[in-house]
Amino acid sequence: MATKTLGGKTFEVDEQGYLKNTADWSEELAKLLAADVGIAEMQEGHWKVVKYMRERFLKNGDSPSIRTLGKDSGVTTKELYALFPKGPAKLAAYVAGIPKPRGCI
Amino acid sequence: MRRVLILGAGTGGSIMANRLRKESRRHGLGFEITVVDPEAQHLYQPGLLFLPFGQTTLKKILKPKRRFIHKSIPIFESPVASLDAAAKHVVLGNGQTLAYDILIIGTGAKVAPEETEGMTGEGWYQNRFDFYTLEGAQRLQAALKNFTGGHLVINIVDMPIKCPVAPLESAFLADAYFKRRGLRDKVKISYVTPLDAAFTKPVAAGVFKDILTTKNIELITEFNTGRVEGNQIISWDERTVDFDLLVTIPLHNGADFVKASDIGDDLGFVRVDKETLQSEKYPEIFALGDATNAPASKAGSVTHFESETVGDNIVRFVKNQELLKDFDGHSNCFIETGGSKATLIDFSYDIEPLPGKFPYSGIGPLRLLKETRLNHWGKLAFRLIYWYILLPARWLPIGRHCTMKGKYRPN
Repeated sequence: MATKTLGGKTFEVDEQGYLKNTADWSEELAKLLAADVGIAEMQEGHWKVVKYMRERFLKNGDSPSIRTLGKDSGVTTKELYALFPKGPAKLAAYVAGIPKPRGCI
Repeated sequence: MRRVLILGAGTGGSIMANRLRKESRRHGLGFEITVVDPEAQHLYQPGLLFLPFGQTTLKKILKPKRRFIHKSIPIFESPVASLDAAAKHVVLGNGQTLAYDILIIGTGAKVAPEETEGMTGEGWYQNRFDFYTLEGAQRLQAALKNFTGGHLVINIVDMPIKCPVAPLESAFLADAYFKRRGLRDKVKISYVTPLDAAFTKPVAAGVFKDILTTKNIELITEFNTGRVEGNQIISWDERTVDFDLLVTIPLHNGADFVKASDIGDDLGFVRVDKETLQSEKYPEIFALGDATNAPASKAGSVTHFESETVGDNIVRFVKNQELLKDFDGHSNCFIETGGSKATLIDFSYDIEPLPGKFPYSGIGPLRLLKETRLNHWGKLAFRLIYWYILLPARWLPIGRHCTMKGKYRPN
Protein backbone atom coordinates (compact mmCIF):
# COMPACT_ATOMS: atom_id res chain seq x y z
CA MET A 1 0.00 0.00 0.00
CA ALA A 2 1.62 3.29 -1.11
CA THR A 3 1.66 6.22 1.26
CA LYS A 4 2.88 9.78 1.07
CA THR A 5 3.94 12.15 3.84
CA LEU A 6 3.49 15.89 3.53
CA GLY A 7 3.98 18.36 6.37
CA GLY A 8 4.01 15.55 8.93
CA LYS A 9 0.76 14.03 7.59
CA THR A 10 0.86 10.51 6.18
CA PHE A 11 -1.92 9.31 3.88
CA GLU A 12 -2.59 6.52 1.37
CA VAL A 13 -2.15 7.24 -2.33
CA ASP A 14 -3.10 5.36 -5.51
CA GLU A 15 -0.66 4.15 -8.18
CA GLN A 16 -0.64 7.64 -9.74
CA GLY A 17 0.30 9.24 -6.42
CA TYR A 18 -3.18 10.75 -5.99
CA LEU A 19 -5.05 10.59 -2.67
CA LYS A 20 -6.57 7.13 -2.38
CA ASN A 21 -9.47 7.75 -0.01
CA THR A 22 -11.43 10.84 -0.88
CA ALA A 23 -12.71 10.90 2.69
CA ASP A 24 -9.17 11.58 3.95
CA TRP A 25 -9.30 14.99 2.28
CA SER A 26 -9.45 18.22 4.26
CA GLU A 27 -8.74 21.85 3.45
CA GLU A 28 -5.64 21.45 5.55
CA LEU A 29 -4.45 18.57 3.36
CA ALA A 30 -5.38 20.48 0.18
CA LYS A 31 -2.93 23.21 1.15
CA LEU A 32 -0.17 20.64 1.62
CA LEU A 33 -1.00 18.93 -1.70
CA ALA A 34 -1.03 22.30 -3.44
CA ALA A 35 2.37 23.21 -2.03
CA ASP A 36 3.62 19.81 -3.24
CA VAL A 37 2.84 20.77 -6.86
CA GLY A 38 4.24 24.27 -6.56
CA ILE A 39 1.14 26.25 -5.61
CA ALA A 40 2.47 28.26 -2.69
CA GLU A 41 -0.83 29.79 -1.66
CA MET A 42 -4.37 28.60 -2.28
CA GLN A 43 -6.34 31.57 -3.57
CA GLU A 44 -10.08 31.96 -3.98
CA GLY A 45 -9.91 30.72 -7.59
CA HIS A 46 -8.02 27.60 -6.54
CA TRP A 47 -10.64 26.76 -3.92
CA LYS A 48 -13.47 27.36 -6.36
CA VAL A 49 -12.02 24.86 -8.83
CA VAL A 50 -10.98 22.31 -6.22
CA LYS A 51 -14.39 22.35 -4.52
CA TYR A 52 -16.19 22.10 -7.85
CA MET A 53 -14.06 19.09 -8.75
CA ARG A 54 -14.79 17.34 -5.47
CA GLU A 55 -18.50 18.00 -5.79
CA ARG A 56 -18.51 16.65 -9.33
CA PHE A 57 -16.51 13.59 -8.35
CA LEU A 58 -18.74 12.74 -5.41
CA LYS A 59 -21.79 13.06 -7.67
CA ASN A 60 -20.55 11.31 -10.84
CA GLY A 61 -17.67 9.17 -9.68
CA ASP A 62 -15.19 10.53 -12.22
CA SER A 63 -12.93 13.54 -12.48
CA PRO A 64 -14.10 16.27 -14.88
CA SER A 65 -12.04 17.07 -17.97
CA ILE A 66 -10.51 20.46 -18.62
CA ARG A 67 -13.26 21.25 -21.13
CA THR A 68 -15.94 20.66 -18.50
CA LEU A 69 -14.03 22.69 -15.95
CA GLY A 70 -13.82 25.63 -18.34
CA LYS A 71 -17.55 25.45 -19.04
CA ASP A 72 -19.00 24.65 -15.63
CA SER A 73 -16.64 25.49 -12.77
CA GLY A 74 -17.17 29.24 -12.91
CA VAL A 75 -13.52 29.76 -13.80
CA THR A 76 -12.56 30.21 -17.46
CA THR A 77 -10.11 27.85 -19.13
CA LYS A 78 -7.61 30.67 -19.41
CA GLU A 79 -7.80 31.39 -15.67
CA LEU A 80 -7.52 27.66 -15.00
CA TYR A 81 -4.15 27.59 -16.74
CA ALA A 82 -3.03 30.63 -14.75
CA LEU A 83 -4.09 29.01 -11.46
CA PHE A 84 -2.81 25.51 -12.24
CA PRO A 85 -0.05 25.95 -14.81
CA LYS A 86 0.43 23.31 -17.54
CA GLY A 87 -2.17 20.76 -16.44
CA PRO A 88 -5.18 22.27 -14.66
CA ALA A 89 -7.36 19.14 -14.62
CA LYS A 90 -4.44 16.99 -13.48
CA LEU A 91 -3.19 19.37 -10.80
CA ALA A 92 -6.59 20.43 -9.51
CA ALA A 93 -7.61 16.78 -9.16
CA TYR A 94 -4.44 16.16 -7.17
CA VAL A 95 -5.20 19.01 -4.80
CA ALA A 96 -8.88 18.02 -4.61
CA GLY A 97 -7.92 14.54 -3.47
CA ILE A 98 -9.71 12.77 -6.33
CA PRO A 99 -8.25 10.39 -8.97
CA LYS A 100 -6.25 11.65 -11.94
CA PRO A 101 -8.69 12.46 -14.77
CA ARG A 102 -9.10 9.83 -17.45
CA GLY A 103 -8.40 10.76 -21.01
CA CYS A 104 -4.65 10.90 -20.62
CA ILE A 105 -4.19 7.56 -22.38
CA MET B 1 -37.23 -13.72 -28.69
CA ARG B 2 -34.85 -11.06 -27.47
CA ARG B 3 -34.50 -7.77 -29.30
CA VAL B 4 -30.83 -6.81 -29.59
CA LEU B 5 -30.31 -3.30 -30.93
CA ILE B 6 -26.86 -2.27 -32.11
CA LEU B 7 -26.19 1.43 -32.65
CA GLY B 8 -23.34 2.01 -35.08
CA ALA B 9 -22.07 -0.23 -37.88
CA GLY B 10 -18.41 0.65 -37.66
CA THR B 11 -15.79 -1.72 -36.30
CA GLY B 12 -17.56 -2.47 -33.01
CA GLY B 13 -21.13 -2.61 -34.30
CA SER B 14 -20.27 -4.82 -37.28
CA ILE B 15 -18.27 -7.31 -35.22
CA MET B 16 -20.95 -7.44 -32.52
CA ALA B 17 -23.73 -8.06 -35.03
CA ASN B 18 -21.84 -10.98 -36.58
CA ARG B 19 -20.60 -12.32 -33.25
CA LEU B 20 -24.00 -12.23 -31.54
CA ARG B 21 -25.66 -13.95 -34.50
CA LYS B 22 -23.22 -16.82 -33.99
CA GLU B 23 -23.62 -16.82 -30.19
CA SER B 24 -27.39 -16.80 -30.54
CA ARG B 25 -27.32 -19.88 -32.77
CA ARG B 26 -24.76 -21.69 -30.62
CA HIS B 27 -26.61 -21.08 -27.33
CA GLY B 28 -30.16 -21.01 -28.74
CA LEU B 29 -30.75 -17.49 -27.42
CA GLY B 30 -33.24 -16.33 -30.06
CA PHE B 31 -31.61 -12.95 -30.63
CA GLU B 32 -33.41 -10.69 -33.07
CA ILE B 33 -30.59 -8.36 -34.08
CA THR B 34 -31.07 -4.91 -35.63
CA VAL B 35 -28.35 -2.45 -36.60
CA VAL B 36 -28.68 1.32 -36.96
CA ASP B 37 -26.16 3.55 -38.74
CA PRO B 38 -26.57 6.75 -40.77
CA GLU B 39 -23.77 5.98 -43.27
CA ALA B 40 -23.92 3.50 -46.13
CA GLN B 41 -20.14 3.23 -46.39
CA HIS B 42 -17.73 1.66 -43.91
CA LEU B 43 -14.51 3.65 -43.62
CA TYR B 44 -11.34 1.79 -42.63
CA GLN B 45 -10.10 4.61 -40.44
CA PRO B 46 -6.41 3.57 -40.26
CA GLY B 47 -6.36 4.29 -44.00
CA LEU B 48 -6.87 7.99 -43.28
CA LEU B 49 -3.26 8.11 -42.09
CA PHE B 50 -1.95 7.04 -45.51
CA LEU B 51 -4.40 8.94 -47.71
CA PRO B 52 -2.77 12.42 -47.38
CA PHE B 53 0.55 10.96 -48.55
CA GLY B 54 -1.00 9.19 -51.53
CA GLN B 55 -0.18 5.79 -50.05
CA THR B 56 -3.66 4.31 -50.24
CA THR B 57 -6.79 4.72 -52.31
CA LEU B 58 -10.45 5.31 -51.53
CA LYS B 59 -11.31 1.95 -53.02
CA LYS B 60 -9.18 0.16 -50.44
CA ILE B 61 -10.54 1.97 -47.40
CA LEU B 62 -14.20 2.61 -48.21
CA LYS B 63 -16.65 -0.24 -48.72
CA PRO B 64 -20.42 -0.72 -48.33
CA LYS B 65 -21.39 -1.51 -44.74
CA ARG B 66 -23.96 -3.99 -45.91
CA ARG B 67 -21.21 -6.31 -47.16
CA PHE B 68 -19.70 -6.76 -43.70
CA ILE B 69 -22.81 -7.54 -41.69
CA HIS B 70 -24.52 -10.89 -42.15
CA LYS B 71 -27.30 -10.60 -44.70
CA SER B 72 -29.94 -11.87 -42.26
CA ILE B 73 -29.45 -8.79 -40.04
CA PRO B 74 -31.46 -5.67 -40.95
CA ILE B 75 -29.66 -2.31 -41.04
CA PHE B 76 -31.63 0.90 -40.54
CA GLU B 77 -29.82 3.67 -42.38
CA SER B 78 -30.59 6.58 -40.08
CA PRO B 79 -28.99 8.66 -37.35
CA VAL B 80 -30.08 8.17 -33.74
CA ALA B 81 -32.08 11.17 -32.52
CA SER B 82 -32.46 10.14 -28.90
CA LEU B 83 -32.19 7.34 -26.39
CA ASP B 84 -34.64 6.80 -23.56
CA ALA B 85 -32.77 4.25 -21.46
CA ALA B 86 -35.46 4.09 -18.78
CA ALA B 87 -38.11 3.26 -21.39
CA LYS B 88 -35.69 1.01 -23.30
CA HIS B 89 -36.18 2.56 -26.68
CA VAL B 90 -34.34 4.62 -29.27
CA VAL B 91 -35.86 7.23 -31.56
CA LEU B 92 -34.30 7.48 -35.02
CA GLY B 93 -33.76 10.61 -37.09
CA ASN B 94 -36.74 9.69 -39.25
CA GLY B 95 -39.01 9.60 -36.18
CA GLN B 96 -39.22 5.82 -36.00
CA THR B 97 -39.00 4.24 -32.52
CA LEU B 98 -37.06 1.03 -31.89
CA ALA B 99 -37.55 -0.83 -28.61
CA TYR B 100 -34.89 -3.18 -27.30
CA ASP B 101 -34.16 -5.76 -24.62
CA ILE B 102 -30.40 -5.38 -25.03
CA LEU B 103 -28.68 -2.30 -26.39
CA ILE B 104 -25.11 -2.13 -27.70
CA ILE B 105 -23.56 1.24 -28.40
CA GLY B 106 -20.74 1.43 -30.90
CA THR B 107 -21.22 4.94 -32.25
CA GLY B 108 -17.58 5.92 -31.97
CA ALA B 109 -16.01 9.33 -31.49
CA LYS B 110 -16.07 12.33 -33.80
CA VAL B 111 -13.85 15.35 -34.17
CA ALA B 112 -15.01 18.86 -33.28
CA PRO B 113 -12.54 21.38 -34.76
CA GLU B 114 -15.17 24.12 -34.33
CA GLU B 115 -14.78 23.86 -30.54
CA THR B 116 -11.33 25.43 -30.71
CA GLU B 117 -11.56 29.20 -31.06
CA GLY B 118 -10.56 30.40 -34.51
CA MET B 119 -9.83 26.93 -35.89
CA THR B 120 -12.58 26.69 -38.50
CA GLY B 121 -12.52 30.37 -39.40
CA GLU B 122 -10.59 31.80 -42.32
CA GLY B 123 -7.81 29.41 -43.28
CA TRP B 124 -9.73 26.22 -42.54
CA TYR B 125 -9.11 23.77 -45.38
CA GLN B 126 -6.70 26.32 -46.89
CA ASN B 127 -3.64 25.79 -44.73
CA ARG B 128 -5.32 24.06 -41.74
CA PHE B 129 -6.51 20.50 -42.04
CA ASP B 130 -7.53 17.50 -40.01
CA PHE B 131 -6.99 13.98 -41.33
CA TYR B 132 -9.44 12.19 -39.02
CA THR B 133 -12.24 12.72 -41.55
CA LEU B 134 -12.34 11.56 -45.15
CA GLU B 135 -12.82 15.10 -46.40
CA GLY B 136 -9.96 16.45 -44.28
CA ALA B 137 -7.57 13.69 -45.35
CA GLN B 138 -8.41 14.21 -49.05
CA ARG B 139 -7.99 17.97 -48.83
CA LEU B 140 -4.73 17.55 -46.94
CA GLN B 141 -3.48 15.31 -49.74
CA ALA B 142 -4.02 18.13 -52.24
CA ALA B 143 -2.42 20.71 -49.93
CA LEU B 144 0.66 18.55 -49.36
CA LYS B 145 1.10 18.14 -53.12
CA ASN B 146 1.31 21.91 -53.47
CA PHE B 147 3.53 22.39 -50.44
CA THR B 148 7.10 23.10 -51.48
CA GLY B 149 8.59 24.41 -48.25
CA GLY B 150 7.88 26.00 -44.88
CA HIS B 151 6.80 24.97 -41.42
CA LEU B 152 4.53 21.94 -41.08
CA VAL B 153 3.00 21.70 -37.62
CA ILE B 154 1.19 18.60 -36.38
CA ASN B 155 -0.83 19.54 -33.33
CA ILE B 156 -2.95 17.53 -30.89
CA VAL B 157 -5.42 19.97 -29.32
CA ASP B 158 -6.43 17.82 -26.34
CA MET B 159 -6.87 14.23 -25.23
CA PRO B 160 -8.67 11.88 -25.56
CA ILE B 161 -8.24 11.25 -29.29
CA LYS B 162 -8.73 8.28 -31.55
CA CYS B 163 -5.59 6.27 -32.21
CA PRO B 164 -3.15 8.24 -30.03
CA VAL B 165 -0.21 7.09 -32.18
CA ALA B 166 -1.63 8.31 -35.51
CA PRO B 167 -0.37 11.89 -35.09
CA LEU B 168 3.16 10.57 -34.50
CA GLU B 169 2.88 8.31 -37.53
CA SER B 170 1.72 11.25 -39.60
CA ALA B 171 4.87 13.17 -38.57
CA PHE B 172 7.06 10.19 -39.51
CA LEU B 173 5.27 9.77 -42.85
CA ALA B 174 5.55 13.50 -43.59
CA ASP B 175 9.31 13.25 -43.07
CA ALA B 176 9.53 10.34 -45.53
CA TYR B 177 7.16 12.07 -47.97
CA PHE B 178 9.24 15.23 -48.25
CA LYS B 179 12.46 13.20 -48.46
CA ARG B 180 10.94 11.34 -51.40
CA ARG B 181 10.14 14.62 -53.08
CA GLY B 182 13.65 15.97 -52.38
CA LEU B 183 12.20 18.81 -50.30
CA ARG B 184 13.02 17.69 -46.78
CA ASP B 185 15.63 20.43 -46.24
CA LYS B 186 13.00 23.04 -47.14
CA VAL B 187 10.39 21.76 -44.68
CA LYS B 188 10.58 22.13 -40.92
CA ILE B 189 8.35 19.63 -39.11
CA SER B 190 7.15 20.17 -35.55
CA TYR B 191 5.10 17.86 -33.36
CA VAL B 192 3.13 19.84 -30.78
CA THR B 193 1.38 17.89 -28.02
CA PRO B 194 -0.43 18.62 -24.75
CA LEU B 195 1.30 15.60 -23.20
CA ASP B 196 4.56 15.98 -21.29
CA ALA B 197 6.32 13.57 -23.67
CA ALA B 198 5.99 12.06 -27.16
CA PHE B 199 3.61 9.41 -25.78
CA THR B 200 1.69 8.70 -22.60
CA LYS B 201 3.72 5.73 -21.35
CA PRO B 202 7.40 6.23 -20.44
CA VAL B 203 9.27 3.41 -22.25
CA ALA B 204 7.47 3.99 -25.56
CA ALA B 205 7.76 7.78 -25.10
CA GLY B 206 11.55 7.38 -24.98
CA VAL B 207 11.60 5.26 -28.15
CA PHE B 208 9.36 7.69 -30.05
CA LYS B 209 11.37 10.69 -28.89
CA ASP B 210 14.50 9.07 -30.35
CA ILE B 211 12.75 8.42 -33.67
CA LEU B 212 11.58 12.05 -33.79
CA THR B 213 15.13 13.25 -33.10
CA THR B 214 16.60 10.96 -35.78
CA LYS B 215 14.14 12.34 -38.31
CA ASN B 216 14.83 15.92 -37.25
CA ILE B 217 11.25 16.54 -36.12
CA GLU B 218 10.92 19.15 -33.39
CA LEU B 219 8.99 18.01 -30.28
CA ILE B 220 7.06 20.64 -28.32
CA THR B 221 5.35 19.29 -25.19
CA GLU B 222 2.76 20.51 -22.66
CA PHE B 223 1.26 22.78 -25.29
CA ASN B 224 -2.46 23.09 -24.57
CA THR B 225 -3.92 24.75 -27.64
CA GLY B 226 -6.42 27.45 -26.73
CA ARG B 227 -6.98 29.19 -30.06
CA VAL B 228 -5.82 29.73 -33.63
CA GLU B 229 -5.09 33.20 -34.97
CA GLY B 230 -3.91 33.60 -38.55
CA ASN B 231 -0.99 31.27 -39.05
CA GLN B 232 -0.37 30.73 -35.36
CA ILE B 233 -1.57 28.34 -32.69
CA ILE B 234 -1.68 29.85 -29.22
CA SER B 235 -1.68 27.87 -25.98
CA TRP B 236 -3.76 28.70 -22.91
CA ASP B 237 -0.59 29.96 -21.24
CA GLU B 238 0.11 32.23 -24.25
CA ARG B 239 2.90 30.32 -25.92
CA THR B 240 2.77 30.47 -29.73
CA VAL B 241 3.83 28.28 -32.65
CA ASP B 242 3.78 29.70 -36.20
CA PHE B 243 2.85 27.42 -39.07
CA ASP B 244 2.63 27.48 -42.84
CA LEU B 245 0.65 24.25 -42.88
CA LEU B 246 -1.25 23.02 -39.82
CA VAL B 247 -2.36 19.43 -39.37
CA THR B 248 -4.68 19.53 -36.38
CA ILE B 249 -6.00 16.64 -34.37
CA PRO B 250 -9.14 18.37 -33.10
CA LEU B 251 -11.07 17.85 -29.87
CA HIS B 252 -13.08 14.63 -29.79
CA ASN B 253 -16.64 13.99 -28.62
CA GLY B 254 -18.91 10.99 -28.40
CA ALA B 255 -22.33 10.89 -30.06
CA ASP B 256 -24.80 13.70 -29.35
CA PHE B 257 -27.57 11.32 -28.30
CA VAL B 258 -25.24 9.87 -25.66
CA LYS B 259 -24.36 13.32 -24.37
CA ALA B 260 -28.06 14.17 -24.17
CA SER B 261 -28.91 10.93 -22.34
CA ASP B 262 -28.19 9.88 -18.77
CA ILE B 263 -25.63 7.22 -19.68
CA GLY B 264 -22.74 9.39 -20.88
CA ASP B 265 -20.05 11.67 -19.50
CA ASP B 266 -19.55 15.35 -20.38
CA LEU B 267 -17.90 14.56 -23.70
CA GLY B 268 -20.63 12.10 -24.71
CA PHE B 269 -18.76 8.88 -24.01
CA VAL B 270 -20.78 6.05 -22.46
CA ARG B 271 -19.91 5.45 -18.81
CA VAL B 272 -19.06 1.76 -18.56
CA ASP B 273 -17.42 -0.59 -16.12
CA LYS B 274 -13.93 -0.72 -17.64
CA GLU B 275 -13.72 -4.52 -17.19
CA THR B 276 -17.24 -5.73 -18.05
CA LEU B 277 -18.12 -2.91 -20.53
CA GLN B 278 -21.65 -2.82 -19.13
CA SER B 279 -23.29 0.57 -18.58
CA GLU B 280 -22.86 1.76 -15.00
CA LYS B 281 -26.53 2.68 -14.90
CA TYR B 282 -28.53 0.25 -17.02
CA PRO B 283 -27.54 -3.44 -16.95
CA GLU B 284 -29.03 -4.16 -20.41
CA ILE B 285 -26.78 -1.54 -22.06
CA PHE B 286 -23.25 -2.37 -23.22
CA ALA B 287 -20.79 -0.23 -25.15
CA LEU B 288 -17.53 -0.82 -26.94
CA GLY B 289 -14.87 0.90 -28.99
CA ASP B 290 -14.33 4.65 -29.19
CA ALA B 291 -17.83 5.27 -27.78
CA THR B 292 -16.94 4.31 -24.19
CA ASN B 293 -15.23 6.23 -21.41
CA ALA B 294 -13.03 3.20 -20.58
CA PRO B 295 -9.46 4.44 -20.02
CA ALA B 296 -8.09 2.40 -22.93
CA SER B 297 -6.88 3.65 -26.31
CA LYS B 298 -9.56 4.54 -28.82
CA ALA B 299 -8.36 2.07 -31.44
CA GLY B 300 -9.70 -0.73 -33.61
CA SER B 301 -7.68 -3.40 -31.81
CA VAL B 302 -9.22 -2.34 -28.50
CA THR B 303 -12.68 -2.57 -30.04
CA HIS B 304 -11.90 -6.04 -31.33
CA PHE B 305 -10.68 -7.30 -27.93
CA GLU B 306 -13.65 -5.64 -26.24
CA SER B 307 -16.08 -7.33 -28.64
CA GLU B 308 -15.04 -10.72 -27.25
CA THR B 309 -15.75 -9.59 -23.68
CA VAL B 310 -19.04 -7.93 -24.64
CA GLY B 311 -20.12 -11.01 -26.60
CA ASP B 312 -19.45 -13.33 -23.65
CA ASN B 313 -21.06 -10.92 -21.20
CA ILE B 314 -24.26 -10.55 -23.19
CA VAL B 315 -24.63 -14.33 -23.26
CA ARG B 316 -24.03 -14.37 -19.49
CA PHE B 317 -26.43 -11.49 -18.98
CA VAL B 318 -29.34 -13.25 -20.68
CA LYS B 319 -28.54 -16.45 -18.77
CA ASN B 320 -28.51 -14.50 -15.48
CA GLN B 321 -24.87 -15.41 -14.87
CA GLU B 322 -22.27 -13.16 -13.34
CA LEU B 323 -20.46 -11.01 -15.92
CA LEU B 324 -16.78 -11.56 -16.70
CA LYS B 325 -14.56 -8.80 -15.38
CA ASP B 326 -12.52 -9.58 -18.34
CA PHE B 327 -11.41 -6.63 -20.43
CA ASP B 328 -7.89 -5.62 -19.42
CA GLY B 329 -7.45 -2.55 -21.62
CA HIS B 330 -5.55 -4.55 -24.24
CA SER B 331 -4.41 -2.49 -27.20
CA ASN B 332 -2.21 -3.51 -30.09
CA CYS B 333 -1.05 -0.99 -32.69
CA PHE B 334 1.34 -0.94 -35.60
CA ILE B 335 3.10 2.40 -35.83
CA GLU B 336 4.25 3.39 -39.29
CA THR B 337 7.62 5.13 -39.07
CA GLY B 338 8.23 5.88 -42.78
CA GLY B 339 10.52 4.33 -45.40
CA SER B 340 8.56 1.03 -45.37
CA LYS B 341 9.24 0.38 -41.73
CA ALA B 342 6.95 0.20 -38.73
CA THR B 343 7.09 -0.55 -35.06
CA LEU B 344 4.51 -2.30 -32.91
CA ILE B 345 3.13 -1.75 -29.41
CA ASP B 346 1.07 -4.10 -27.26
CA PHE B 347 -0.21 -2.86 -23.92
CA SER B 348 -3.09 -2.72 -21.42
CA TYR B 349 -4.41 -0.93 -18.34
CA ASP B 350 -1.54 -2.43 -16.32
CA ILE B 351 1.22 -3.24 -18.82
CA GLU B 352 2.85 -0.34 -20.65
CA PRO B 353 4.24 -0.82 -24.20
CA LEU B 354 7.54 -2.71 -23.85
CA PRO B 355 10.11 -4.15 -26.25
CA GLY B 356 10.04 -7.85 -27.14
CA LYS B 357 8.62 -10.30 -29.68
CA PHE B 358 5.01 -10.76 -30.81
CA PRO B 359 2.69 -12.66 -30.97
CA TYR B 360 4.82 -15.68 -30.08
CA SER B 361 7.32 -15.29 -27.23
CA GLY B 362 10.92 -15.75 -28.40
CA ILE B 363 9.78 -16.30 -32.02
CA GLY B 364 7.88 -13.21 -33.03
CA PRO B 365 8.04 -12.82 -35.97
CA LEU B 366 6.98 -9.25 -35.19
CA ARG B 367 9.15 -7.04 -33.00
CA LEU B 368 7.73 -4.73 -30.33
CA LEU B 369 9.07 -1.17 -30.12
CA LYS B 370 11.59 -1.88 -32.92
CA GLU B 371 11.42 -0.46 -36.43
CA THR B 372 11.30 -3.35 -38.89
CA ARG B 373 10.13 -4.01 -42.43
CA LEU B 374 8.07 -6.99 -41.35
CA ASN B 375 6.07 -4.79 -38.97
CA HIS B 376 5.32 -2.52 -41.94
CA TRP B 377 4.07 -5.44 -44.02
CA GLY B 378 2.07 -6.51 -40.99
CA LYS B 379 0.41 -3.11 -40.89
CA LEU B 380 -0.45 -3.24 -44.60
CA ALA B 381 -1.71 -6.82 -44.37
CA PHE B 382 -3.89 -5.83 -41.47
CA ARG B 383 -6.23 -3.94 -43.79
CA LEU B 384 -7.23 -7.22 -45.41
CA ILE B 385 -7.44 -8.98 -42.05
CA TYR B 386 -9.75 -6.19 -40.91
CA TRP B 387 -12.22 -6.52 -43.76
CA TYR B 388 -12.27 -10.29 -44.08
CA ILE B 389 -11.46 -11.76 -40.64
CA LEU B 390 -12.01 -9.13 -37.97
CA LEU B 391 -15.38 -7.69 -39.07
CA PRO B 392 -16.96 -11.09 -39.75
CA ALA B 393 -15.82 -12.08 -36.20
CA ARG B 394 -13.66 -14.95 -37.41
CA TRP B 395 -10.85 -16.37 -35.27
CA LEU B 396 -7.54 -14.45 -35.01
CA PRO B 397 -4.34 -15.77 -33.37
CA ILE B 398 -4.10 -12.83 -30.96
CA GLY B 399 -5.51 -13.34 -27.48
CA ARG B 400 -7.90 -10.81 -26.01
CA HIS B 401 -5.72 -10.43 -22.92
CA CYS B 402 -2.40 -8.61 -22.84
CA THR B 403 0.41 -10.69 -21.33
CA MET B 404 4.05 -10.11 -20.39
CA LYS B 405 5.06 -13.19 -22.48
CA GLY B 406 7.76 -12.22 -24.96
CA LYS B 407 8.16 -8.76 -23.45
CA TYR B 408 10.97 -7.40 -21.31
CA ARG B 409 11.49 -4.23 -19.34
CA PRO B 410 14.63 -2.34 -20.43
CA ASN B 411 16.93 -0.90 -17.77
